Amino acid sequence: MNRQIVKLFAFIVVLFGVLVGFTSYWSVFDAEALKDKRVNKRPLFEAQQVRRGRILAAEGTVIAKSVAKGRGANLRYVRRYPEGALFGHPIGYSFMQYGNAEFERYHNAELTGEESEFSTILEQLTGHKREGDDIVTNIDTTAQRVALSELEAVGFGAVVAIEPGTGAVKVMASNRSYDPNRIPDEFTKLRNNDLETPLLDRASQGLYPPGSTFKVVTAAAGLESGKITPETTINAPGMIIDEGHELRNDFTKDWGDISLDTALTNSVNTWFGQLGQKVGQDQLFETMEKFGFNATPPIDLPEGEVYTSGVYYEEHLLHRNDPVDLARVAIGQERLQVTPLQIAMVAAAVANKGKLMKPQIWNRVVDRDGRTVKHLEPSEYSQAVSAKTAAELTTAMEGVVREGTGTNAAIPGVTVAGKTGTAETPGNESCGGGEEENQAWFMGFAPAEEPKIAIAVSIECTPQFGNDVAAPIFARVAETILNGE
Amino acid sequence: MRSARNRELVALVPVALLLTAGFAAVFAQEKAQLGNLSLIYGAYFLAVCLATHLFLRIRLPNADPYLFPLMALLTAFGLVMIYRIDETLARDQANWFVLGLILFALTIQLLRDYEVLERYRYTIAAGSILLLLAPRLPGIGQQVNGAYLGVKIGPIAFQPAEFAKIGIVIFLASYLREHREVLIVGARRVLGVTLPPLKHFGPMLVVWGASMFMLVFIRDLGSSLMFFAAFLALLYVATGRFSFVVIGMAMFLLGAWFIVETVPHVHDRVEIWLHPYNDPLDKGYQILQSIFAQADGGLFGKGFGQGLITAPGTNSVLLPAAQTDTIYSLIVNELGLFGASGLIVTYLLITARGFKVALLADDGFSKLLATGLTAVFAIQAFVIIGGVTRVIPLTGVTLPFVSYGGSSIVANFVLLALLLLVSDRARREAASPARRELALGGAR
Repeated sequence: MNRQIVKLFAFIVVLFGVLVGFTSYWSVFDAEALKDKRVNKRPLFEAQQVRRGRILAAEGTVIAKSVAKGRGANLRYVRRYPEGALFGHPIGYSFMQYGNAEFERYHNAELTGEESEFSTILEQLTGHKREGDDIVTNIDTTAQRVALSELEAVGFGAVVAIEPGTGAVKVMASNRSYDPNRIPDEFTKLRNNDLETPLLDRASQGLYPPGSTFKVVTAAAGLESGKITPETTINAPGMIIDEGHELRNDFTKDWGDISLDTALTNSVNTWFGQLGQKVGQDQLFETMEKFGFNATPPIDLPEGEVYTSGVYYEEHLLHRNDPVDLARVAIGQERLQVTPLQIAMVAAAVANKGKLMKPQIWNRVVDRDGRTVKHLEPSEYSQAVSAKTAAELTTAMEGVVREGTGTNAAIPGVTVAGKTGTAETPGNESCGGGEEENQAWFMGFAPAEEPKIAIAVSIECTPQFGNDVAAPIFARVAETILNGE
Repeated sequence: MRSARNRELVALVPVALLLTAGFAAVFAQEKAQLGNLSLIYGAYFLAVCLATHLFLRIRLPNADPYLFPLMALLTAFGLVMIYRIDETLARDQANWFVLGLILFALTIQLLRDYEVLERYRYTIAAGSILLLLAPRLPGIGQQVNGAYLGVKIGPIAFQPAEFAKIGIVIFLASYLREHREVLIVGARRVLGVTLPPLKHFGPMLVVWGASMFMLVFIRDLGSSLMFFAAFLALLYVATGRFSFVVIGMAMFLLGAWFIVETVPHVHDRVEIWLHPYNDPLDKGYQILQSIFAQADGGLFGKGFGQGLITAPGTNSVLLPAAQTDTIYSLIVNELGLFGASGLIVTYLLITARGFKVALLADDGFSKLLATGLTAVFAIQAFVIIGGVTRVIPLTGVTLPFVSYGGSSIVANFVLLALLLLVSDRARREAASPARRELALGGAR
């Protein structure tokens, strides 16, 4: 019988080997996939046990922090947002049941102290408890507050302010905002509020017709391609016929032979419509893409929470070979849809001698002991236009604020360069279907000689024009930032 | 044979140290301070083990020196895990441990001539079957998760299957010892398959029927599998006919398949095993959470007391039955793949020592008894670990010596006592001068 006993033992060794095999499969080989299962709430509970790092404004205001609740095995951290709705966008929220959103989501790894696999094993061996790092952002609390309260005074909309030389995002305000502290209690209510859509970050997710602000891009394409110089004149009648559509100036005014400065200062539609046709679709789209259109903006917000600007056909982006009505694209109409962030990027690129820096909200990652772990290195997205073109555009944009359509953006003692925009959106359902609804814009930068800040302001559903509602907000936010320097 | 006992003594010291260290780790985690309580627990544990050791030194001086320390190791491991889950449960478990050792000592004291068991084999078999049926008896039976595994008489609740497994093994060992010759000799080849003789095959059909009956009656696939596998293991060792095992296995699978198709509760268990994600929040919850807990363990685990059993700040259970069914998942969670593999290796070492006892024993009954006890012990560990790792459907058997539960720990100490009784005699005879002469003579 001994032979059988030995064989039986061998069989049991095999059985136990199978157990070790399955255990290794679940605990090591398939572990990552299991942690990603939707029904597996464990990673969420565990994330709750890690003290999530704080998020701070540039000058040190605490935007988000974690407070401990319970002790021992029941210890968990809950997120608090001391400033309430002020930083609702773009910071977002982080709660177990509702997950993470916006900045909180994008920077989750740093905030939770997640490191590479190797150091995790090292930590397991040393029993080191994981802690999240703090993140200091570029956001200027005072300017953010000014921007949000200005928006609240006029309606739904967004303000984005970028430091042109570094891409540092100083303001990213969206009205209607929401208080992230209320997420656990009112998530469904906030999400279902279709009238105010408080969870929508209008700065990065609001897609609007850009109106005349886009003329800066068209002008850039014209100058870059050499199709025009600042001296080139184009005859701008009161109306042109384009692909069977009438394209008119305000009051159907006939401007005669004018050059770029006059055309931009007065936002002459027929001039830019013809320029668009002259430049051609290839060149216009190439310039757009250099400014960041047709791609997800390179900002530190999660994919899917930043929308791409461009010419849309239903849900799809059109490219340079797709048929578009070029003259109407050139004046910011047709099916062009842009985010305030994208328009701010255009302003920032022109302000920075044509060089577009990647916009970034974060500035540095600081560990619990106050050591800076990582620092934002400003990086270039593209040379959108040449320095020469940028200077020529700046001159034209100065005219807009000095004597043209954007005089309300003027700041005493500072030269401002900018461009207004007013896209008519009659019957827009999200505005309640009124006939007099506009999307009002202002984009620009200051001081024009040595730009410190580039800003885009966009107001939804307003009966007023860009110069009436958007330009004054630009002036106040720019002033706040320039005074703070 | 003093040296055997000395080796046992030496082996017990690291076990006690491990227990002390384990408690210290749990204390450090939960109370953030190190009292001397862990030392007291360690000393208490060591004292109980030493008392048992002294008893073995007197009563069974020749018995295998590693079996008791290995099982004490499992108990220590279980005590620390259970303490980490719930202090009061650990106190119960410690009491069960002492009670188990008392029964262990009594078994050794009263059954020095364990051959008497052979005389009462039918009584033992009948008693065991009665025990198995008890959970379905009105008034005392208890249903847990759809299976009938518990009995409650007055204040005493226990799981009769834990004790029945020992009785059944004793019966099978005795029966097969007597009939193994005829089973081998009487076998005929039909269509190239060796079949056991019909006359002697009857009782085996009874065993098959009994395990099928259990499946229907107490509705527990795990126990049924455990009993039948132990039976096949013994049949194989007794006859050396692999074909018998194949036939038995086929019969079991056929019967089980039929029952799975017809009995809803058993069917559910298999469905959950195959498709746990179909009902992740209710029926599939336990197995999925068991696997998720393992996924969180990784190679080294999260450390004692670091795993989540309930959702923090709430009472909602993340790992159901952590102290019994899914204790292995918690071990993977907190001690990682390495810790869990260590546990499995411990079971394997016990199995190896148990079979060593069987190899050394020189009469058929002793051999089969030691084989059967060892096999049923190993298979039980396989059934529950396999259950929580989704190798087989999850059922409610305990992890021997580690899971919380009085019946389990007491019954397994009785099992250990029987193994040591067999071992003591086998090793004494192997070492006796007469045998040595014989062995030398054979060699010459």
